Amino acid sequence: MLEVRNLVFHPLDNGVEKSIIEDISFTVEDGEMLVITGPNGGGKSTMAKLLMGIEPLDSGHIIMDGIDITDYSIAQRANAGIGFAFQQPPRFKGMTVARFLSLAAGAQLSERVCCDLLSGVGLCAREYLNREVDGTLSGGEMKRLEIASVLAKPHKICIFDEPEAGIDLWSFSMLVKQFEELHANKRESLILISHQERIIQMADRIMVIKDGKIDAIGKREQVFPGLVGEDTGCVCRSKQHKA
Amino acid sequence: MADIDQVTQSVLAQIDSEGFKQEGAYNLRYNGYSLCHGNTEHIKIEKKKDKQGIDVYISGETKGEQVHIPVVVAVSGMTDEVYNDFYVEEGAEVVIVAGCGIHNSGCNDSRHDGIHTFHVGKNANVRYEEKHYGEGEGTGARILNPVTKIIMEENSVFTLDTAQIKGVDSTKRETEVIMGENTKLFVIEKLMTHDKQNAVSNMDIYLNGAGSSAQITSRSVAKGESGQVFHPRAIGNAPCHAHIQCDSIIMDQARVCSIPEIDANHVDAAIIHEAAIGRINNEQLIKLNTFGLSEEAAEAVIIENFLN
Repeated sequence: MLEVRNLVFHPLDNGVEKSIIEDISFTVEDGEMLVITGPNGGGKSTMAKLLMGIEPLDSGHIIMDGIDITDYSIAQRANAGIGFAFQQPPRFKGMTVARFLSLAAGAQLSERVCCDLLSGVGLCAREYLNREVDGTLSGGEMKRLEIASVLAKPHKICIFDEPEAGIDLWSFSMLVKQFEELHANKRESLILISHQERIIQMADRIMVIKDGKIDAIGKREQVFPGLVGEDTGCVCRSKQHKA
Repeated sequence: MADIDQVTQSVLAQIDSEGFKQEGAYNLRYNGYSLCHGNTEHIKIEKKKDKQGIDVYISGETKGEQVHIPVVVAVSGMTDEVYNDFYVEEGAEVVIVAGCGIHNSGCNDSRHDGIHTFHVGKNANVRYEEKHYGEGEGTGARILNPVTKIIMEENSVFTLDTAQIKGVDSTKRETEVIMGENTKLFVIEKLMTHDKQNAVSNMDIYLNGAGSSAQITSRSVAKGESGQVFHPRAIGNAPCHAHIQCDSIIMDQARVCSIPEIDANHVDAAIIHEAAIGRINNEQLIKLNTFGLSEEAAEAVIIENFLN
């Protein structure tokens, strides 16, 4: 179980302290899927980065399975069982897809395992194994590879920051299937940041972050109806779209 | 079979990635003389009579054979200048694995200047691999100054794959390629310098034949207080295509200077250059941290793959 207690993040912006995350607390149960949504610029991605240790929090605690990991480095958190998929994954000149996935898995992966991982995210495996993770891959291909990298080894908690962004419609269906399977297995807790209704509707619980604070949190059936029609900018059936 | 001592064997393991064996066509130059050599039906190696070096004759019948011609300098204070000429006949397909390693455990400088000339016949396909490496606990410098000249006849293909792995204190590389009609050149240059090392690489590619094309890729990592200067130059004298790409990672207090030059003397000469120098991307480091790799391990992985 992940417990997040009173997270605060006030970075300096041109010497002025800014309130990005303001006293956020929540928990994620084992095997639970929590979808974080909310308007752009509300602090969702920052929240995810604080959990992974990519941004340094100003105060608060992160506790995983009873162990306080607040002071852990990124690598220590990874080794403690947190996986992270970036919204905009970086590219690596000279690194092959096969090597990238092996690094993600922490062990040399066989061609067969690499193929399974790639097929799972809609990439035709044989075409990609020896390709480089560089500018020759499209944004959508990079995103799918990013998701495959998190699935390359088991974690206690996987954090996906807008996994759907940049992915075409056909691959999106495959992606949703992947998340459904992951969720059904209940082996890993999932935190997904998303604006996509299909993903939001997969959630056990939904958390809405707005202006650095929790605007709403609760079971899907409680929170979701409130999202539809609300001006959160986070779902496709907003007032504007309806009009 | 000649006896090869342990120091030489370990240097050979660094510079000959295919694995040096006293089989097929080979010549091992050790401390200024030929320690062992062998010919095959299609590839003959002859010692030069007027100066240091060898002539390598590769017949047109050669298909997929390899020639291994490593050089090891294992004495301190030696200057070894050697002239190697390669005559590749029409239609031959060959892989030439060269490379030079210096083991200097003394206080005097050790230096090897390899002057290589390739005469590449029509329709021939040559892959030339060259690795440079230095080691030894001595204070004497390890210096390598290769000169490579390649003359390509029509429809020939030449791949020049050069790498300076580590331990070379000073290097000045001079490369000149004269390209005929419909020839194709691929150059992959990889270089790493550290401590107070210095590296200069000058490359002149003359695209003289119509339909000739050249792809020059240079990747380097400069660490410590080392310095690197790259000056690849593509001169288009006919309808041709050339692309020069130089990428460098700079670290610590190193200096890198990249001067790609493109020179078109024909209206249908299409030549492009790209050059970039920058530190290791922080996002790449963070991504590898999320795989559980420490800062140091992540940095090593990025460099290893960049120079892969």
